[in-house]
Amino acid sequence: MENEKVKSSRRKFLKSAATLAGATIGYTWLKSSQFLLYGAEPEDKTLPWYGIVIDIEKCIGCGSCAKACKLENDVPKEPFFFRNWVEQYTVKNDGSVIIVSPNGGMDGFEQTVPDAETFKSFFVPKMCNHCAKSPCIQVCPVGATYDSPEGVVLVDEKYCIGCRYCVQACPYGCRFIHPVKKVANKCTLCYHRLKKNLAPACMEVCPTGARMYGNLRDKHSELVKFLKEHTTQVLRPHLNTGSKLYYNALSSEVR
Amino acid sequence: MKFYIPPQLTRLAIAFAIFISLFLVLRHFLVPDTFGEYGHYRGASLIDNALPEIHYAGQQACFDCHQDIEDLKKQDVHNDIHCETCHGPGQKHVLSGEAADILKPTGREFCGRCHSTNAAKQISAVFQIDLKKHNVNRNCLECHNPHQPWKMKK
Amino acid sequence: MEPHHYQHLYDILTHAQGYIFPNEIDLQWGILIVVYPFITGLVAGAFILASLERVFKVKVLKPTYQIALLTALSFLLVATMPLISHLSQPQRAYEILITPHSTSAMAIFGFVYLWYLMVVLLLEIWFDYRPSMVVWSNEKKGVMRLVYRILTLGVNDVSPRALKWDRKLGYIITVVGIPSAFILHGYVGFIFGSIKANPWWSTPLMPIIFLFSAMVSGIALVMLVYMIISYFRKTVIDLNVLDTIGKYLFFVLILDFTLEGLDQIQRIYEAEESFEIIKLLVSGKLYLTLFVAQGLVGTLIPLITLAFLQFYKHKIKVRKSMYLIVSILVLIGVYSMRWNVVIGGQLFSKSFSGFTSFKLGLIGLDGSLMAAFWLILPIGILTFLLWLLPPWKMVPEEE
Repeated sequence: MENEKVKSSRRKFLKSAATLAGATIGYTWLKSSQFLLYGAEPEDKTLPWYGIVIDIEKCIGCGSCAKACKLENDVPKEPFFFRNWVEQYTVKNDGSVIIVSPNGGMDGFEQTVPDAETFKSFFVPKMCNHCAKSPCIQVCPVGATYDSPEGVVLVDEKYCIGCRYCVQACPYGCRFIHPVKKVANKCTLCYHRLKKNLAPACMEVCPTGARMYGNLRDKHSELVKFLKEHTTQVLRPHLNTGSKLYYNALSSEVR
Repeated sequence: MKFYIPPQLTRLAIAFAIFISLFLVLRHFLVPDTFGEYGHYRGASLIDNALPEIHYAGQQACFDCHQDIEDLKKQDVHNDIHCETCHGPGQKHVLSGEAADILKPTGREFCGRCHSTNAAKQISAVFQIDLKKHNVNRNCLECHNPHQPWKMKK
Repeated sequence: MEPHHYQHLYDILTHAQGYIFPNEIDLQWGILIVVYPFITGLVAGAFILASLERVFKVKVLKPTYQIALLTALSFLLVATMPLISHLSQPQRAYEILITPHSTSAMAIFGFVYLWYLMVVLLLEIWFDYRPSMVVWSNEKKGVMRLVYRILTLGVNDVSPRALKWDRKLGYIITVVGIPSAFILHGYVGFIFGSIKANPWWSTPLMPIIFLFSAMVSGIALVMLVYMIISYFRKTVIDLNVLDTIGKYLFFVLILDFTLEGLDQIQRIYEAEESFEIIKLLVSGKLYLTLFVAQGLVGTLIPLITLAFLQFYKHKIKVRKSMYLIVSILVLIGVYSMRWNVVIGGQLFSKSFSGFTSFKLGLIGLDGSLMAAFWLILPIGILTFLLWLLPPWKMVPEEE
């Protein structure tokens, strides 16, 4: 009799414990689809959620952005380290595509293909896409790169172990290993300027207003208005990186 | 009947217990304080990333002193171009007020970065000239005031 | 390092072809990352061969059982070293264990590695050697006596019951060990295969291909080590052992070759956006290492030789030397495969419009001397382990 009671209460306990454990595991599993697939979620709704627009039609390839970026962020001046660079695409009449980016476009461009052979030509400024499902954050083994609450992909220079996995994982070639600091380095959307209510250096100096940043969550922001009125595209949409850098008038040759 | 536990197992269990607890103790001391505050990263890193000094001061800082230039620019097409696009990073100059701390670019090459012809530049985006043909031996600033490019100097 | 490194980069810049993203001139993963999956593969392969003997009771392979286990252990002990020495902040390597990022293949590898080392390999060897170590500790004097004492963890019970448990637990560990070995090397493949930005790496077959090439290299290594040990100990090589290992090597090599072939056929037929650049890559910069070293020297020649050996029974001496050559060729082939994956995957730009180039340095942390060091060190460790735990002096098991 006594024994039965103990047994049944024990069974009850085990049952509820199992349910509890199961529910916890199930909940965490459901909640964290982040377990294998990394996806940033804007949690604090009071903060902005930054997006970027680059209007290819307006870019004149002056390279001011690339230059300002290096000066503002103390990026080594050697032509192997760029947070921000400009490419010139030239589609020739025979269909071949010539891409150049001398010194990241920092000193402007000289036309390399004569007009007679040119089918079309355009500049493409490149920078970190600040992906919402960014492959670089996904692969970082230690949590040294992360999405800030504002959706800016940042690097923790004091924590990065320099394994270079993030450099491999970025499909856009936006990361490099800083030759002096010996850690991963990349565009921060001038996080230090944003925090002082200043525009990122590249946007500050762009003479034609080809670059724009803004709050994607604010439906009345200039950025969202632009996105509504134009057909924009991200780079490599099939890779599903959740890129938040939208290009206007992006041609299909661009990768 | 007494259950037989092989001595190997007990000894190994002890060894593993020591190893795992040692790991947990070490982990406790090694994980940075702010790690996990907002996500899987060091929360304090957000502050680190906001710390660097700015080099570009922003247009408003320029106009705080150079009201006259602001007025000049307003009347012409360079109005939308911020000062530091041509003059370079200005924060040092803002703090010191020294003329030596700001760039005053001259020369055809500099203007040409925007205004030289290139098939990739849209006509609507920028006015372009062929540097090899347009008043070859003269400096742009001899005729144009960069703050008011269409108001020709005599 | 800076000016020298810059000079190196300027040099590379003149060798770049087509358009590459500016940050891509600096090639990130050098020869150490080639060595790392090679070593890990040897571990997994050697272990799987040992497990074959134990789980499937292939009595012929008995002489290689301990050799395979000790080989696996000596290489596993070094496996992480090329990785750590390649980090630009090696002093922070511990972070990978204290704050592992759950979405990172690399972070989880730390735990897979620890599991494999502590729970699988060390335990299996311990259970296997414990009875012998107890006997040795009683025979020896002085320091060695103490060493063996410590190695037994003070478990001196050699009663039949305890010995029975050694065998039983060892068997369980072996059974657990096989999937662990599969996971260990599958995981290494996943580190590359999961990078969607890189079309040369990103294929679901990558973990499987890595696994089979690992088995190929591990089996070949054990065969080689067995022959070398016999040579130094001046004992007769048991041809049955070589024939059996050779048979396994033959079958696994066929599987490996088929899988890699299927992967390439799939890639060629689908001909996705990256196809043109990859076609240029394999017919240009990778031609020697892919078609000649990996395909011809490392796969086809051994495959034909092994097939021959299945049917024709040459003279003993000829067969021995053929096995010797095959095992070396296979190791070269698998090493080239690692090279083709790791270096090949970084030679073409992610813009799919150009190539950077790779210049292997001799000295420095990322040079070939360093790589050679990490490849030779395990052989030193193996020699030491064979001296400490000689398989040929073990107390015979009584059934």
